[in-house]
Amino acid sequence: MDLEFWIVTTLNRALAYGTPILLATLGEIYAERSGVLNLGVEGMMILGAFFAFCTTFFTANPWLGVLIGALVAGLASLLHAFLSITLRVNQIISGLALTMLGLGISGTLGRGWEGKILESTIASVEIDYLSKIPILGPILFTNQNSLVHLSILIAFGLWFLLFKTRIGISIRAVGENPAAADVMGINVWKIRYLCVFLGGLLAGLAGSYLSVAYQPAWASGMTAGMGWLAVALTIFAFWNPLLGMVGAFLFGALYHLSFRLQNWVAPEILNSLPYLFPIVVLIIVARFASKKRIGAPAVLGQPYKRGE
Amino acid sequence: MFKIKLNIEPRLLPSAGAILSVSFFALAIALLAASLIFLTYDIKPVEAYRLFFKGAFGSWYAISETIKRTIPLLLTGIGLAFSFKASVWNIGAEGQILLGAIFGSWIALFSGIPAPFLLIAMFAFGFLGGAVWALVAAVLRSKLAVNEIITSLMLNYVAANIVLYLIHGPWKGQGARGFAYTDTFPESAWLGTIGSTRIPYATLIIGIIIALICYLLISRTTLGYEIRVVGNSIRTARLVGINDFKIALLAMFVSGGLAGLAGVGEVSGIHHLLRHPSHISLGYGYTAIIVAWLARNNPLAVILTAFFFGALVSGGDALRVSLGIPFQLVYVLNGLILFSLIASERLTSYKLSFQRKNEKERR
Repeated sequence: MDLEFWIVTTLNRALAYGTPILLATLGEIYAERSGVLNLGVEGMMILGAFFAFCTTFFTANPWLGVLIGALVAGLASLLHAFLSITLRVNQIISGLALTMLGLGISGTLGRGWEGKILESTIASVEIDYLSKIPILGPILFTNQNSLVHLSILIAFGLWFLLFKTRIGISIRAVGENPAAADVMGINVWKIRYLCVFLGGLLAGLAGSYLSVAYQPAWASGMTAGMGWLAVALTIFAFWNPLLGMVGAFLFGALYHLSFRLQNWVAPEILNSLPYLFPIVVLIIVARFASKKRIGAPAVLGQPYKRGE
Repeated sequence: MFKIKLNIEPRLLPSAGAILSVSFFALAIALLAASLIFLTYDIKPVEAYRLFFKGAFGSWYAISETIKRTIPLLLTGIGLAFSFKASVWNIGAEGQILLGAIFGSWIALFSGIPAPFLLIAMFAFGFLGGAVWALVAAVLRSKLAVNEIITSLMLNYVAANIVLYLIHGPWKGQGARGFAYTDTFPESAWLGTIGSTRIPYATLIIGIIIALICYLLISRTTLGYEIRVVGNSIRTARLVGINDFKIALLAMFVSGGLAGLAGVGEVSGIHHLLRHPSHISLGYGYTAIIVAWLARNNPLAVILTAFFFGALVSGGDALRVSLGIPFQLVYVLNGLILFSLIASERLTSYKLSFQRKNEKERR
């Protein structure tokens, strides 16, 4: 096998596998930038995956499925938003509750669909003139689904919004110093609600990608810890959407490469790798971050109350 | 003309009665919300809850099943209460249970230790297995400030894969044929049960004693005081010279070790072999998080909450058998209970009272 072909296919699969991780990570970056820690990503993702799957199953319209999947996860995120922003409860516990609820609901409701396969899915697009571009063509535009392209655009868009616009400044201010932001007339609660909701929509989109595009079938627990990976990658990315993209695709590549070791390594060891990578990544990042003094948003996980 | 005014005053310490009544209120709301799941299965919620209750308390057998499930939740729940008290977020109890089961099985199958010491060795190694697994996350947190929630959770998946590797590979039993589990332990590695039930009494008693010890440790000793200070604010702890690294390591070590004990209890008291991770632990490590939280991280209260969730698990199992509702129903209940619980916690920190007020005063 020649090297160029090998690199190209690896990168191609890295994008396909990294896309749901990227979407979920982007969502968590926004929630955390506004100061809200949401550990419910896994639950929101699986809700998105499930509702996208059944909508598509009944309507044969995968795009409607993606929309519903994202919306359901968005609604679920509002539960966490209400509890952590308005009621100011412990965000760790609230996020865990959301994850349990999501896994539970999708598992109980989805029993009848277990192993069912979708007939109408979001197919990969082949654009003739784009796929002929050397290197980039076969990576980006061959056997690649339009949700992959969409998620890359979203990543750039969210980076621009966060670092180049007034809204982005407001979001970061709310996550660093909500009292000061409040004094400057920024509506802390509104920004936090919107960021958490955006996080839910993107987690739902990520789940939808899994169940109607990547492997158009339903299996309970099919997100398999990907939501937790997103929480880890948020730290890896230093809360920056573009670095989040690097992390997600890097992880996609590692995952794909570990598949290729199938013939030599026990499957249980290979199946453990997706969970060991994030730990290794966090260790590396921790060493780096302590040198560079880059940290989490200052009030991450702390509810805001006027006059406190 | 009299009007009634609602007074809302914050209060510093909620009364026990308020906590109890609000907790019951929260549970009722959660059970009501879960009815929606039954409706999608075309089952009347009342009927479902009747079967649920029957499965948890309806007969001696049901009660013994409930107690059987209470034991791992009790041991794990006490440990988690201990670590949450120190604000150490150990979400990896599920994996620590499995590591305890692995270490216990290793001793039972391969050590050849003679009868009276075999069980003791199994439990000692099981404790160590769970504790060391938890220490990975604790050390990373203390030395490198790596978030322990993510590491401890990720290690759950790794632990499950280790069990799968062992039962499919090196430890696969001679008599297991197509099935993936180890050989049955020698009988000297079995825990005795109460009468004809499947309740191993040793772990039940150990659990209650440990609950008592942990309660006294947290409420009556200097170490317990240090744990509470670290739990409230690491900054304060450092100001008064408490070594918060040491406390975090200890909290993880103890909670992991207790989860490990629970794991040995399952393989030695119930299965008598090492088998698929989802059979060893029915999500006990996750459910125990709520057990600890519902008990307000008080180890004595964990005895009650563990029993409550033991009932929830065996009720859920009864519904799975009789109505074909997947076991994930228990997760739905867990999630709903946790949500309504933390939401209602806000209520206990306010005092509500009604006051008559006349028109003039109102202006």
